[in-house]
Amino acid sequence: MSEASDRFKTMLYLNGVSVSFDGFKALNNLSIIVHPNEMLAIIGPNGAGKTTMMDIITGKTRPDDGEVFFDGNIDLTRLDEAAIANLGVGRKFQKPTVFESHTVWDNLQLALKTPRGVFSTLAYVAANDDVARIDAILDTIRLSGRKGELAAGLSHGQKQWLEIGMLLAQDPKLLLVDEPVAGMTDAETVETAKLLKDIARTRSVVVVEHDMSFVRELGVRVSCLAEGSVLAEGTLDQVSANPVVIERYLGR
Amino acid sequence: MISAMLLRALDRRAVWLVCALLLVALAIPFANLVLPEGHPLHLPNYLVPLLGKYMSYAMLALALDLVWGYCGILSLGHGAFFALGGYAMGMYLMRQIGTRGVYGNPILPDFMVFLNYKTLPWFWYGFDNFWFACLMVVLVPGVLAFVFGFLAFRSRVTGVYLSIITQALTYALMLAFFRNDFGFGGNNGLTDYKDILGFNVLSATTRGALFAATCIALAVAVLVCSAIVNSKLGKVMVAIRDAESRTRFLGYRVDNVKLFAFVVSAVIAGVAGALYVPQVGIINPSEFEPGNSIEIVIWTAVGGRGTLVGPIVGGLLLNFGKTVFTSLWPDYWLFALGGLFVLVTLFLPKGIVGTIRDLLARKAPPRRDNTQPEATGAEDAPLVTEPAE
Repeated sequence: MSEASDRFKTMLYLNGVSVSFDGFKALNNLSIIVHPNEMLAIIGPNGAGKTTMMDIITGKTRPDDGEVFFDGNIDLTRLDEAAIANLGVGRKFQKPTVFESHTVWDNLQLALKTPRGVFSTLAYVAANDDVARIDAILDTIRLSGRKGELAAGLSHGQKQWLEIGMLLAQDPKLLLVDEPVAGMTDAETVETAKLLKDIARTRSVVVVEHDMSFVRELGVRVSCLAEGSVLAEGTLDQVSANPVVIERYLGR
Repeated sequence: MISAMLLRALDRRAVWLVCALLLVALAIPFANLVLPEGHPLHLPNYLVPLLGKYMSYAMLALALDLVWGYCGILSLGHGAFFALGGYAMGMYLMRQIGTRGVYGNPILPDFMVFLNYKTLPWFWYGFDNFWFACLMVVLVPGVLAFVFGFLAFRSRVTGVYLSIITQALTYALMLAFFRNDFGFGGNNGLTDYKDILGFNVLSATTRGALFAATCIALAVAVLVCSAIVNSKLGKVMVAIRDAESRTRFLGYRVDNVKLFAFVVSAVIAGVAGALYVPQVGIINPSEFEPGNSIEIVIWTAVGGRGTLVGPIVGGLLLNFGKTVFTSLWPDYWLFALGGLFVLVTLFLPKGIVGTIRDLLARKAPPRRDNTQPEATGAEDAPLVTEPAE
């Protein structure tokens, strides 16, 4: 039973998760643990199963086998996307997906943690607190000056930041962030690392990233995935010194 | 809460539109009934129900726009909801004929006597009451849309697959209503109406009143749609249209939002159908024809989807065009309609209203909350710099 009591202290608990698509094993007995207020970086070659893992956590894909628990004892394999999002799991996609025909402000307002029902959304009137909160997020993501513009007009890096802002507005307990610095300049990358570290002080964060200098910047525990399971775990130095990791991922 | 929603519904554009509709509601009957014949602005009797028909089509296009233009659900079966609302009204009008029918049966409409019905089928009960018919005008399309939408959206049927099953829905209903033993007059439908609420359906005053009622109903529909699309729910609908799964990951129940929009839209379509029937004087199964539903899509696309004025403009313009065109070159209307659809899709993807709005916006750039990115200094530079082309 000690295993179960360990589970109750975790924010995210994946144990022996497997899923295959048409015979291809996308995840193979994958086990990962994320603690409260911890950031975990996940690296690994293309096709290692990183995105599939996120799909499983957020309810888009059902695992064939294994257990997925959130916040100790909430079984995520029984819930759908909306329910999981409302429990406090936020996801940022690899390709920035903001709502392009809405303004920056509206994007954040849609993400803001408010009742999600049809009729409460219909009757929603922005409270002062909500406005203040969106203003604060706009400051954090440095888009205050463009809040009235359509999101379609933002640069790639700004869209990435807006999406991180939308995550913040959701006020999740666990953030899943897929390649946040793809397409960003070096300076933007440094800023993003700072922002994520800041976020991780009060929330759990899982970052999937290919950019090694960014992962080094984060300075957190690293898991290397390959062929659907964990190849190595530890600090970035430990993981990147691992001969198997070098052979399968880094040393290509 | 209600007052906040009403206030939100009354944005500048909606107010103009509602005022224009109310003005038309007064002006057309005035030109027909008050201005003497021979007056240059006098409107002949036959034009009033024709214009009323256009108005009910405009309302139908608005209903489609709510689901298609704002929520991305391309329904190719909206004619079904329109026709069901029409049949509900038609049943009331049939019951009002009473002994004045050809066979003089006080209870059974002529077609039932002709088809050897002995008693009134149970689903005709209550339709002698106007209030009951009105209730059914709203309930029948609404409940059908609810059941259909519940099943389709929950199973995540989207895009072209959804369009196809909506088309199948209206086709199936057409086949059912064509059958004589279905109990709705079969092929011939319901016609030969005499009275509505005790007034002669054919008299000029009744027709003027029906026209005004259609305009007012359309104005109310505009307000309802405006309240929805200007609310946060309206923004969620647009978000679903543009990025459905992303909206789901924000925690919104996409199926419920779609279902809400679909049911509201079906009810508006049903009311439009109920107003259409007394003005044209007949409802028959051809209203369910898939082609009709596709025409609604074209009206909406030509007028400008994703706007409230667009579908109304499109519905009025194309139906007026159809009347003129089919009297001049009856064989070529479908070619003209198809060609217009292709041209609009290629050259005016936002429709007439959307394109005009874009042109106006280019002349006078819209005010932003903050036109200049704040010059916060060099440390922010990387984040606001556009990548060099």
